[in-house]
Amino acid sequence: MTGPGYLLLEDGSRFDGELCGAAAEATGEVVFNTSMSGYQESVTDPSYAAQIIVFTYPHVGNYGVSARAMESDRIHARAVIMREGVDREDSPGAEGGWLTWLDDCGVPALTGVDTRALVRHIRDKGAMRGGVFAATVAESDARERVMAEPSMVGRDLAREATPAEPVILDPDAPGPRVVALDTGIKSSIVRNLRERGVRLELHPCDTSSAELRTREPDAVFLANGPGDPAALDYVVGTVRDLVGEVPVFGICLGHQLLCRAVGLETFKLPFGHRGANHPVKDLASGRIDITSQNHGFAVQGPHGELRIESDEPIRWETDFGAAELAQLNLYDRTVEGLVLRDVPGATVQYHPEAGPGPHDAEYLFDRFLEMVAV
Amino acid sequence: MPRRDDIRKILVLGSGPIVIGQAAEFDYSGAQACKVLLEEGYEVVLVNSNPATIMTDPEFATATYVEPLLPESVARVIEREKPDALLPTLGGGTALNLARALWEDGTLGRHRVELIGANYEVIRRAEDRLLFRETMEAAGLRVPRSAVVTRMAEAERALASVGLPAILRPGFTMGGEGGGVAVTESEFREKVAEGLMASPIGQVLVEESVIGWGEFELEVMRDRNDNVVIVCSIENVDPMGVHTGDSVTVAPQQTLTDRQYQALRDQALTVIRAVGVETGGSNIQFAVNPDTDEIVVIEMNPRVSRSSALASKATGFPIAKIAARLAMGYALEEIDNDITRRTPASFEPTIDYVVVKWPRFAFEKFPGADGRLDTHMQSVGEVMAIGRTFKQAFAKAMRSRELDVAPAAPDDDEELLARLEQPSHDRFELLMEAMLRGAGDAELKARTHIDPWFLAEIGALARGKDPEAGLARTFKSVDTCAAEFEASARDPTGRATRSAAATAARW
Repeated sequence: MTGPGYLLLEDGSRFDGELCGAAAEATGEVVFNTSMSGYQESVTDPSYAAQIIVFTYPHVGNYGVSARAMESDRIHARAVIMREGVDREDSPGAEGGWLTWLDDCGVPALTGVDTRALVRHIRDKGAMRGGVFAATVAESDARERVMAEPSMVGRDLAREATPAEPVILDPDAPGPRVVALDTGIKSSIVRNLRERGVRLELHPCDTSSAELRTREPDAVFLANGPGDPAALDYVVGTVRDLVGEVPVFGICLGHQLLCRAVGLETFKLPFGHRGANHPVKDLASGRIDITSQNHGFAVQGPHGELRIESDEPIRWETDFGAAELAQLNLYDRTVEGLVLRDVPGATVQYHPEAGPGPHDAEYLFDRFLEMVAV
Repeated sequence: MPRRDDIRKILVLGSGPIVIGQAAEFDYSGAQACKVLLEEGYEVVLVNSNPATIMTDPEFATATYVEPLLPESVARVIEREKPDALLPTLGGGTALNLARALWEDGTLGRHRVELIGANYEVIRRAEDRLLFRETMEAAGLRVPRSAVVTRMAEAERALASVGLPAILRPGFTMGGEGGGVAVTESEFREKVAEGLMASPIGQVLVEESVIGWGEFELEVMRDRNDNVVIVCSIENVDPMGVHTGDSVTVAPQQTLTDRQYQALRDQALTVIRAVGVETGGSNIQFAVNPDTDEIVVIEMNPRVSRSSALASKATGFPIAKIAARLAMGYALEEIDNDITRRTPASFEPTIDYVVVKWPRFAFEKFPGADGRLDTHMQSVGEVMAIGRTFKQAFAKAMRSRELDVAPAAPDDDEELLARLEQPSHDRFELLMEAMLRGAGDAELKARTHIDPWFLAEIGALARGKDPEAGLARTFKSVDTCAAEFEASARDPTGRATRSAAATAARW
């Protein structure tokens, strides 16, 4: 689709551009991503379900699209906003053009948008709902459709991303049996676990703890995924049943779910962390990893604080004994990871699997598997 | 980790005269670093043979010596001043080579002067071609096939294994002086002889040609805690074969997938650790085969370089200042980001605009020169422009060169296309003329090996689409973070950021 179009935000702000991608309208939570590459990985990451992604880097589509850059089987983002989207199939590794692919997948996009002004608006006012419309749609109609989009707070989107049936991978692999609750797991996480010899199983997120026990897991893995962790009490309940019985490891949404399962609280960040350059300090080693991030919610400190001002491994008293701060975001000093001290379990808020982003934190998969072996 | 208190007086070496083949930016980085050292309470002794620099103004050092940058004269300064440490990473290749000489002749040992920023082993591993190659291979990285030769007979044997075309790089020279590409056997002999003469150690590297591969640079910083960040990626629009100082370059890189870029990033981390730069910045150059994803490491500079000056201005990450602080013992996380003031320097800048650097040549002043470009740097300066798109930045930089003589294209179409095969000072003017005359992208790709994405963008410019048509003027600033965090109102980063911000006038 081509022709003039616009993004309307729920506060009435309007950003004009040119329509590209599919001839469709879309509404969702408008968030921005500051990575300079990896656009295909981002839109296929299930954690972006029900969201409209604004890419801060102006050129998007330069190297086309390819099967190996998929983070799931489809695009999960509702729409894409760009400064300069381009459809090129002649890059050496490209199997298709970016805009053509968006069109084929039914995903609308806007190009030619002043994305920096838009990002500054979201940064100052917070992530909010919005929609992509053709210029021929009246703003009053557009606003009605934006307001009809449910708010992200309290929203269960894991059910939309989870598989209908369990998926059993590599049943003969030499490593431990890791049972994942698939709230929208990224392919890079699956790849990282499989490369380490894990017998991995992906289960629908509403699978009960009793059913999971029948699989005789050596460990439970809690995946990334979309939506508000506070809306997933049924998953939290399942995890709560299993903590202490088997080692539990979580990434991103999985981190938030494990934290809630042991009695900690989560909160919504003003505009979230989405990009590939956030410094995270691993308190045990002192090393600082540059991390891939994609989350809109975070875990509160031991006294309900949103920022942790010291670099000390402070402790929470949880329903399962002590939890210790293990990783800290050096940008806004939010909780990035913790370990359970009295039962086996550890979680991180960021993405050690990268896809897209730096590989600095891949060692966390090894750390996790060491914990399983003990 | 706190600032080091065991050193009090630091000797800083400047880069000397501004010559063709060495960038003029070292004055800027050196001055920035001197300011930081003084702020931290150290005594700064500066030696620079060029008094026409900012860094030799009295307020930039405790004591300033305008002396030749030669081992004997600097040794006299060391005898007189008795500095505790020598910081050799701010004055380009000149300062690094001088520091190496002062170590080798025993001056530094005799006066107990510690090399900080880059020690002797680091300088050798990075600058000695053979050692560098061994270090890379030991770290599991691929380098071009090559042989180091010190005599013509050895060069003849190397030719058999490496083949033609071959690249010749004399050891320990700046700007590729005495080097070049040899296509024929007679050229090969001629250039080996030149290189042996130009190298202060009489050494030339004969290297497998990766001409036509994509050329990429990463600016890397490492601190004493072994934390490493990539400040910026830079892609050369001109593929391998043209000295990066003579190439049109763009930041960040434009044509690599995230997977390819992360592979480069992983290798850059391996390189800086293997060479052993403990505190400071390095520039690492790679060649990437666009068709096979194959990566080879070309070289690394364990110091502030021409590219790091560009990267600093492009991203707002002040490499020279931070390199100086790292040498004093600070860790990246202990240094504030000058622009946001709320976030530490232990992060990777992300930008939401495009930066293009264009070299400025002055071949009209050298009637004998043919204007052809190779691995020997010939530009006399450079222009940097910022735009929200590549087309904007490219066009701004192109017109900002303020050429005295406009390049002329041959009338004959085939002659025009043939000229494109050899990189030259007027290559992009010729390219745009060929595009106007209807040459297709496939033809141009075959002639130039320039990535199709660049050809398409430049083609759109050539065909007269004004990249700035219909845009309103607004003021944007370089903020290191793609607007994720608010830039501090008072901007303390000095010249780099202010001039870059002023260039970024349109979205």
